[in-house]
Amino acid sequence: MPDLHPGQPKGRPKPVLPAESPDTGTSSGSAVLADAVPETGPSGRSLWHDAWLELRGRVVFWFSAAVLALAGVMAAFPDVFAAMGPNENCNLRMSKKGPGSGAVFGYDLQGCDYWSQIVHGTRASIVIGVAVTAFALIIAILLGLVGGYYGGLLDALIARITDVFFGIPFVLGATVVLVAFPGHGMWAMTLVLVLLGWTTMTRLMRGQVIAVKDTDFVAAARMLGAGDRRIMFRHILPNSIAPVFVVAMLNVGNVIAGEATLDYLGVGLQYPDVSWGLQLNVAQTFFADHPHLLVFPALFLTATVLSFLMLGDVVRDALDPKLR
Amino acid sequence: MRYAVQRLIQAIPVFVITTFLIYTMVFALPGDPILALAGDKPVPEQVLNVMREHYHLNDPLLVQYGYYMLGVFQGNLGETFTGQSVSELLGDRWAVTAQLAVTAWIFELVVGIGLGIVAGLRRGGIADTAVLAGTTFIIAVPVFVFGYTAQILLGLNLGLFPTAGTDEGWPGSYLLPGMVLGSFGLAYVARLTRTSLVENLRADYVRTATAKGLRRHRIVGLHALRNSLIPVVTYLGIDFGNLMAGAVVTEGIFNLPGIGQQVFQSIQLQEGPVVVGVVTLLVMIFIVANLVVDLLYGVLDPRIRRA
Repeated sequence: MPDLHPGQPKGRPKPVLPAESPDTGTSSGSAVLADAVPETGPSGRSLWHDAWLELRGRVVFWFSAAVLALAGVMAAFPDVFAAMGPNENCNLRMSKKGPGSGAVFGYDLQGCDYWSQIVHGTRASIVIGVAVTAFALIIAILLGLVGGYYGGLLDALIARITDVFFGIPFVLGATVVLVAFPGHGMWAMTLVLVLLGWTTMTRLMRGQVIAVKDTDFVAAARMLGAGDRRIMFRHILPNSIAPVFVVAMLNVGNVIAGEATLDYLGVGLQYPDVSWGLQLNVAQTFFADHPHLLVFPALFLTATVLSFLMLGDVVRDALDPKLR
Repeated sequence: MRYAVQRLIQAIPVFVITTFLIYTMVFALPGDPILALAGDKPVPEQVLNVMREHYHLNDPLLVQYGYYMLGVFQGNLGETFTGQSVSELLGDRWAVTAQLAVTAWIFELVVGIGLGIVAGLRRGGIADTAVLAGTTFIIAVPVFVFGYTAQILLGLNLGLFPTAGTDEGWPGSYLLPGMVLGSFGLAYVARLTRTSLVENLRADYVRTATAKGLRRHRIVGLHALRNSLIPVVTYLGIDFGNLMAGAVVTEGIFNLPGIGQQVFQSIQLQEGPVVVGVVTLLVMIFIVANLVVDLLYGVLDPRIRRA
């Protein structure tokens, strides 16, 4: 599928100093982030070390990392923050009451303490977001490496399968599958979202592998007698993973938003599960008169998604030698 | 030309497998649609058999799919289990969704590229920072939250736009929903344009043009911008398919009687033929859009044709 990766040189090794190369033909996926070809700084530091030095000084990095750390702790130990368990101690008489004494965030439709409910909703978003991305990343790395490295029929086959799944619109596809298999929990949702969400990273990974496999250091490794597997995992992988890793970070945010959308549409998680998307689903009917129902879960959801996106952005900037 | 043919041939298996997957999934939906038609009443065996025969439900899945695709290529999308033609059912709804998607698309194209250029020309400037922060925020807010907020603030409180329905026709009724639907793509287009422009402005050919003494607006307009827009065009093409699918949420919020709304109702009513019909058409649009983009891409960037 050479059409999607116009930037790849044919038989000509990629210039190893990308800061000097005006690589205008980046493909659709990798145009947002420039190809990060291995670059050893003047003092021999690695790309990742350089990136870390740059990240250390960025306020945005620390801010989003802090928000995500907090969200992570909330997901792991909700009881530390929430006074009540999920769907616990609800009083219908308090239904939809706004913030006041006793409940900082007010009460939800069932009269449960909204703050506690929202805290418990963190877990669904974080677990699904991270798990989906992790699985999709593994698939992308394996398929991208195999397809990009070996090429030929196998590559063509992988590319076509990628095209098929890439061609299914995300929300519609997920809706159809989720309705076909009702009674799904968090892990079934994860599976569905992985199924629909592995293509972008796979395409990007494949493009990266193709760009890297023609470099001199890969040729050197091969001449030294390294086997395919060693070349793929020890040489190509570390030098092609950076942009894929960035997209993975951004992807966590997108998956969380997507999961919330499916919950909101009513095809995702179902009561008695607790999630931000479900809370927003309930809120849609009442938000005009009870805005707190919409505002608080939306705030948490947005803050989490935003943090993943900002983190991905600063990491990309730090990893991208072209923008230095 | 070889490139175009090759690309066309590639699209065929993708199309067949994608539609087959969707077809299979929808028909794996739980429940017997014929029994569901009758409600609580018992259905005589003969009636059941006749109905099953009529809808090819007794045939193997592959044969059913074959019948279906045959119909699609003859312009017949099948009929619902209540006997209504799917094409008819979708007739007016297509117009609504198409208008919505086009509004959103124009919005993305004009505002997105505009913002991207403003930001990209002065990397690190105030406008650039504002565009970056704003677009990150737009991407982070889920579309439905954005939709409701816009509906309340701009529609209800300020009264700038109609809040729901299609009474005012195009463009009036479609402006706000279009903006909401297009917001995500807009943010993406703006960022893509910016990154691409920043990269191109550093390219050697821009330095050469500057050295030659060309004026700034000619360098940007004639050289840098044209090259920068290649990835943007790709995205805009692919996104048109996304917009049609994304209409499910937006049409729900703004109560627009489009296909998105229909899909959603049909899924819940287990009207398999309608769901398959619409989703298949959406996938077709998506694949054709992809194809057109790839061909266009070849025209814009000769390196691809000759690769």
